[in-house]
Amino acid sequence: MTKFLTSSLGKKTVMAMTGLFLCIFLLEHLYTNVQLFFGDGGKSFDEASHGMVHSIIIRIIEVVLFFSIIVHVYQAVVLTKNNSDARPVKYAVNGVSKTSSWFSRNMLLTGSIILFFIVVHLYNFFLPYRITGEVVEPEAQGEHLAERVAAALTNPYYAALYLISVLFLAFHLNHGFQSAFQTLGANTKKYVPILKMAGTAFAILMGIGFASFPILFFIFGEEFLNWNL
Amino acid sequence: MEGSSLNLTLKIWRQKNAQDSGKFATYNVSDISTDMSFLEMIDVLNEQLITKGEEPVAFDHDCREGICGMCSMYINGRAHGPWNGTTTCQLHMRAFKNGETITIEPWRAGAFPVIKDLVVNRSAFDRIIAAGGFVSVNTGNAQDANALPIPKDDADASFAAAACIGCGACVASCKNSSAMLFVSAKVSQLALLPQGQPERIDRVLNMVKQMDEEGFGNCTNTGSCEAECPKEISLDNIARLNREYLFATLKK
Ligand code: HEM
Ligand code: SF4
Ligand code: FES
Repeated sequence: MTKFLTSSLGKKTVMAMTGLFLCIFLLEHLYTNVQLFFGDGGKSFDEASHGMVHSIIIRIIEVVLFFSIIVHVYQAVVLTKNNSDARPVKYAVNGVSKTSSWFSRNMLLTGSIILFFIVVHLYNFFLPYRITGEVVEPEAQGEHLAERVAAALTNPYYAALYLISVLFLAFHLNHGFQSAFQTLGANTKKYVPILKMAGTAFAILMGIGFASFPILFFIFGEEFLNWNL
Repeated sequence: MEGSSLNLTLKIWRQKNAQDSGKFATYNVSDISTDMSFLEMIDVLNEQLITKGEEPVAFDHDCREGICGMCSMYINGRAHGPWNGTTTCQLHMRAFKNGETITIEPWRAGAFPVIKDLVVNRSAFDRIIAAGGFVSVNTGNAQDANALPIPKDDADASFAAAACIGCGACVASCKNSSAMLFVSAKVSQLALLPQGQPERIDRVLNMVKQMDEEGFGNCTNTGSCEAECPKEISLDNIARLNREYLFATLKK
């Protein structure tokens, strides 16, 4: 097993599995966030977040999630470094852009922007809510999580950072999603076009989905939590 | 049809030996027929250099009909030049325009060190094959066609993978210098046939181990190899290699 994990193919398998796990997490995260749009002042969202804090299953998944991100990032750096070292003398003229996509060649760049955002994002929301207890639970008096989200997203700098990161997340997924299936050997001629389309669709869904929060809050302000038809 | 002729500027990598640091040299050639192959054009240049008493450009070539895989050259940023599905010897000068500057470099990869000028050492591929890319027992003469039933799809896929000529264009064009397309073709052609079954597990484990030891990079599924492969070996084979390796690890 250690032989597998230190082999080139093994490292890539780890990359693919952690990457796909993070994709599942994104879906779940989007589902929770969508509750901000229920127009109930953020009540559903607060309750959903609250439910998560007190669920032991979520706590376990959270640990796995942290572990996945760390392993994914660590392997990303190691693999990219190895790959660049594998060609000590570069080409004077390289037409690689004619034979491969920009997305596939810039996974470390798009990933690094995501990482930067994840750190800022955890500092803004995860830390005060889960660790320091600065933001309180739905039934208590004080600042609730939904209000904090709304306040952050009406800040133009935060909204801009959020939008840029989401764009790069979509770029990362556009190559990453289908690539993971190829890495796991689940790709055959029949499925390649389907998986490529699914990957792009997933990237667009995540892109538009997550981008909708900063855009709508930026336009409508915190009042958006109470919107009514 | 009568072809026309070209005057060209060539920027070619010159390197005396493996230790030399090497540099580009610029040459002019004129009246190059568009019907010539790229290698014939280099022959013309070399005649010129020899007449002038200079050292001709060293380059690998053998069959000149697209089957030996020797004619490695990175031409204007592309392995074997601008055409898809061709080797350098099958690239014709009609692919270029009059007055064009053509940059010619050797394959660049740590695992393929330059020996001289455009010639690189591809023994790393031989060592990968020696690690398991064969069937150990003599399988005898061609069998009666019906003695060993093989599904048509498998036979076709194996045959397509067996078309790999070991040219190294996949490594040369990959941003990661990964040898995955080559190794996957060699693993696939045998994994799909009954004769390849007894050694199937050891073969993939040993070949991947050797591939890693040679210092090739890791595949990130960019697809450059498939686009540049003169034999149009499919990325399907890489997925199969990943699958074979995963199952082999689980079994052993
Ligand atoms: C929500 C966060 C993320 C998701 C959903 C995600 C997803 C993925 C997926 C599915 C792959 C494809 C794996 C494969 O080709 O087999 C991948 C590859 C990659 N990721 Fe991420 N990723 C995330 C965050 C990051 C971060 C933070 C970084 C790092 C700085 C990063 C760097 C990379 C790199 C460099 C690759 C290419 C590695 C390779 O193919 O060898 N990713 N990612
Ligand atoms: S897979 Fe294609 S590019 Fe790579 S060595 Fe074989 S024939 Fe050449
Ligand atoms: S010289 Fe044999 S393939 Fe080009």
